[in-house]
Amino acid sequence: MPDTASSEVFRPADESQVLDAVKWALSERAPVEVLGHGSKRSIGRQMQVAHSIDLTDLSGITLYEPEELVLTAKAGTPLSDIEKLLGENDQELQFEPMDYRPLLGAREAGRGTIGAVLATNLSGPRRLKSGAARDHVLGIRAVTGRGDLIKSGGRVVKNVTGYDLSRGLSGSWGTLALFTEVTFKVLPRAETEATLIVSGLNDAEAADLMAAAMGSDAEVSSAAHLPESVRGRFLNGGLPGGAATALRLEGFAPSVDYRIEKLIAMFAGVGSHTRLETGTSRSLWREVRDVAPFCDDGDRPVWRVSVAPSAGHQLVAALRLRVGVDAYYDWQGGLVWLRMESEAEPQMIRQTIAALGGGHATLVRADRPTRDAVDIFQPQEAALAALSQRLKTQFDPEKILNPGRMN
Amino acid sequence: MTSPEMPEPKAEVMQRRDRIVADLKTIVPGEGVVDATNQMRAFETDGLTAYRQLPLVVVLPETVRQVSRVLKYCETNGIRVVPRGSGTSLSGGALPLEDAVLLVMSRFNKVLDIDYANRTAVVQPGVTNLGITHAVEGRGFYYAPDPSSQIACSIGGNVAENAGGVHCLKYGLTTNNVLGVEMVLINGDVVRLGGKHLDAEGYDFLGLMTGSEGLLGVVTEVTVRILQKPETARAMLVGFPSSEQAGQCVAEIIGAGIIPGGIEMMDGLAIKAAEDFVHAGYPLDVEALLIVELDGPEAEVDHLIAEVTQIADRNGAAMSRVSADEAERQTFWAGRKAAFPAVGRISPDYYCMDGTIPRKALPEVLAGMRRLSEKYGLAVANVFHAGDGNLHPLILYDANKPGQLQMAEDFGSDILRLCVEVGGVLTGEHGVGVEKRDLMGTMFNAEDLDQQIRVKCAFDEQHLLNPGKVFPQLRRCAEMGRMHISKGQLPFPDIPRF
Ligand SMILES: Cc1cc2nc3c(=O)[nH]c(=O)nc-3n(C[C@H](O)[C@H](O)[C@H](O)COP(=O)(O)OP(=O)(O)OC[C@H]3O[C@@H](n4cnc5c(N)ncnc54)[C@H](O)[C@@H]3O)c2cc1C
Repeated sequence: MPDTASSEVFRPADESQVLDAVKWALSERAPVEVLGHGSKRSIGRQMQVAHSIDLTDLSGITLYEPEELVLTAKAGTPLSDIEKLLGENDQELQFEPMDYRPLLGAREAGRGTIGAVLATNLSGPRRLKSGAARDHVLGIRAVTGRGDLIKSGGRVVKNVTGYDLSRGLSGSWGTLALFTEVTFKVLPRAETEATLIVSGLNDAEAADLMAAAMGSDAEVSSAAHLPESVRGRFLNGGLPGGAATALRLEGFAPSVDYRIEKLIAMFAGVGSHTRLETGTSRSLWREVRDVAPFCDDGDRPVWRVSVAPSAGHQLVAALRLRVGVDAYYDWQGGLVWLRMESEAEPQMIRQTIAALGGGHATLVRADRPTRDAVDIFQPQEAALAALSQRLKTQFDPEKILNPGRMN
Repeated sequence: MTSPEMPEPKAEVMQRRDRIVADLKTIVPGEGVVDATNQMRAFETDGLTAYRQLPLVVVLPETVRQVSRVLKYCETNGIRVVPRGSGTSLSGGALPLEDAVLLVMSRFNKVLDIDYANRTAVVQPGVTNLGITHAVEGRGFYYAPDPSSQIACSIGGNVAENAGGVHCLKYGLTTNNVLGVEMVLINGDVVRLGGKHLDAEGYDFLGLMTGSEGLLGVVTEVTVRILQKPETARAMLVGFPSSEQAGQCVAEIIGAGIIPGGIEMMDGLAIKAAEDFVHAGYPLDVEALLIVELDGPEAEVDHLIAEVTQIADRNGAAMSRVSADEAERQTFWAGRKAAFPAVGRISPDYYCMDGTIPRKALPEVLAGMRRLSEKYGLAVANVFHAGDGNLHPLILYDANKPGQLQMAEDFGSDILRLCVEVGGVLTGEHGVGVEKRDLMGTMFNAEDLDQQIRVKCAFDEQHLLNPGKVFPQLRRCAEMGRMHISKGQLPFPDIPRF
């Protein structure tokens, strides 16, 4: 599914070749697309570029010290390789980077590269508790749009030496610099997990329940509300009937048991309760993370919305008065996922978000004409937009990196 | 006293002082402009008391509009500005400049909004770190990052320094606990980043702002995540005959997949100083003491304490004790949290360092510090955030003895170089400020530093905000922007193409 017009692909095999490629692009004023596996390529406008720089040959884990909780890899290293190695050592990237492939219909693409994980600041359903890629990055090496090789951060967690460019470049979608190497904090994987499903709540009741659960000392790591309209599309229809409100607990087995009992006692008389054991629980949260109910191989518009958690159901209720929309709440991922029945309705969605106290909406899926017409990323206030422009100029004055990608 | 070289004061600004003071008084009326020398003395230094300088004038704004107008005025008139919170910086971040307005944010001291459903608090930047916890603890909540200075330091200063604390190993640093800020740029623009939702849209300016040491903008509001207190928390004291054994114990605890709420280490000298000062019940016959805090549900804490005890025994622990109740847990911590002032009692002066190293390099760095201590003839007491390799060597000296301050500073610089050599960094949480500015070159090359300065240029082209801090050299933004492109120079024959 080639989504860009680029024809010539440079595939640098080391950092100095990345530098050469960018310098060449600068000298020719030839804008380039920056590519990993291309698994998120259909997010954003189609780029009108003749060249791309594919970083997948810049691959390999260069440092992994499990007892020091640190891993360094070249930017093009497949995330799947990293997840595998960490898994063998009972460790993980605690921010659970989501997999966009099923939603975007890019099933044949690779799982994604570690550089892109940071460039798109991926996260998962533990977001509020454990953060996103930005919260776990320790250091980077990168080539800027000026053709300079720079480094920032290091391999230790406590570090305030100079500006935090590792974080500053996270989520910049390759529009400021190309990562060549990234260093992440890694953490022990929980020994076990379980999920409590409370069935039969409406959206507002679920919001109250999730707020109470998360405000308790039961250490809920993920929480989601899956309304009746989507419930059947999780776990192959294996969830009990009625809307499902899911609370995930992780840790040592006795601790998980104890906390789940605590929640059951707390919510006695509210809905009906079911406990999912480790394997099922893991599958459910992966599906929540990867937007399973909207992975329909279609191109109806899908929005990724971040608002204050308690505003989520108000947003959906307000939209439903005016348009057809299907939704679910990845509450501790900090997200509401929306699938529109027909039009993308960017104005309506963004105005409603603003009226509810603010947040942002990104159009992650839509047909080509819609994507070319709509602001994919949340438009910014004038002062912030001007600041963004100035930052862009300081990194990529000739606008050669991923032109238009973040519009 | 050694004094750092600061940017040449602007003579034309100094000459216009009366005019500037008068203009500022129209923007911030009442008591908000302080220009009498005796009153300005209170602001001439921060937590790095070796350096002192009176500012041009002190301004204490009360509203965002005032901050915006003051900054705009300063930009228009080419006047430098040094932002200040509570003035506890240990790196001279809030050190005034002779020709600069000192913008003190202490009157921004209100908690604006507490939202338990979304677990957020919105506060003004002058609210103290502990003030946030006080505002929410009635409902069992707290704000996690807990610098030892938490009674005094402001949340605005925490954002500017990306402050850490003993609980950051498990709960993250300031940057992981701040959801949004409102800030004012030097041109007077008011910008909001993030909020109660996640991932400020667009570039991660929130990430850039956190730890930017007052060089990019003035923070006027902060939204933080508040957490529910764990069901139980218990602290253990574990004493060892050597720091190496204590270090190995830390490595094994983490290697076993346990992330404690905090693990701190103190060496013999620090233990004694702290015990004499606060009587925390620390053993005096050990060379290294660990304080390990485990928190969570009762059952989990019991389970983990048993595991940690086993690991400690395996590593030759000479003693271990678990706090029996909340009061005792607090006492265990009191010694650690008072370690700096405690060391202050046993020496006329002390100089606090702040490097971070990969944990495994601890024995090497400790040995190096012992060698340096002999070389300089100055004693050093050590407290560490052991879980994340953040060292606070406290160098003991006497400023009244000629040459000792200089020796302490040289000793400190050598320690930091050693940290960088073993793969660590110059500062873990106290910031670069004035203090480590001239060491930046040991970690970064010219290209790295230039790109950081270019970030500064995006915010503050004239270098008016807190100049002389963080960067060894002020390079003009126009010069930094130039690029030398030679067209068609690179046929890049080596890069594989498809
Ligand atoms: C005894 C003692 C113990 C300490 N322990 C710790 C510790 O455990 N962990 C730790 O991280 N630090 C510690 N510190 C250092 C210090 O307390 C922190 O760096 C703190 O974050 C500084 O806050 P402040 O309000 O005092 O800021 P200040 O000292 O006033 O200023 C610090 C910097 O922030 C800037 N700044 C302040 N307010 C703003 C604002 N509103 N907008 C923009 N910039 C601003 C200033 O320009 C300056 O560069 C300790 C200090 C002392 C004296």
